[in-house]
Amino acid sequence: MAANEELNFHFDVDGNDFTSAGEASVKVKKLMRQLGFSPELTRRVAIAMYEGEINMVIHANGGVADMYVGEDQVRIVLADTGPGIKDVAAAMQEGYSTAPDNIRALGFGAGMGLPNMKNYSDEMNIDSVVGKGTTIELKFKVG
Amino acid sequence: MAITVDQLKEKLELTPYYVEDGEREVTGGYAGDLLSWVMGRATSGDAWVTIMSNINVIAVAQLTDVACVILAEGVVPGDDLIAAAEMRGINLFSSPEPTFALCGKIFGEL
Repeated sequence: MAANEELNFHFDVDGNDFTSAGEASVKVKKLMRQLGFSPELTRRVAIAMYEGEINMVIHANGGVADMYVGEDQVRIVLADTGPGIKDVAAAMQEGYSTAPDNIRALGFGAGMGLPNMKNYSDEMNIDSVVGKGTTIELKFKVG
Repeated sequence: MAITVDQLKEKLELTPYYVEDGEREVTGGYAGDLLSWVMGRATSGDAWVTIMSNINVIAVAQLTDVACVILAEGVVPGDDLIAAAEMRGINLFSSPEPTFALCGKIFGEL
């Protein structure tokens, strides 16, 4: 294996099962621990990914998540074929949420998802097309 | 002198529902029910006080690496929550105290 080759881990996020949301993030946390990453980086990656997972369950009926582990960075790519984000700038503001009431009753929809993902990652790229879906890339520097 | 989860349980007379690691040190505290808010603010080693008791609480507790979850205001965890705490190894307690009073007591112990 080439020294700079990335390890890839793939996860399916089930959009119908809100109670199991977070399964992929927990797996990521375990994997990172096994791979020897620091607890702090592991925590940041797992939390950012969980927010992404929750968003996909709330808004997009699920999707897929991939983790790429390289020598100097961990990259998470979250992709869905949901409704897309109409106003990305607004969605990036703390407190902005379009989550329905039943989701808010569970303690989600505080409008902190995307801001948390940005805060916990070193770089965040959003590619969203209304009616087509959203892909979010999160990059975390290692070391 | 740091306090452990077990010591906090004794001092505050918490009702244990699942204890994975009673020797875990409690290094801080956080109170909140909006899960994403908690995800952004709670830190590793906190005692997390909440009245939210759906199963996602356990995932948030695990990901934020809090020392324990304390359900305040007499909120009783359902079987699914206890089972999830057991599966994920999360210290889970409840207290009849209101959130404000409970947090005040925790603050006094840290």
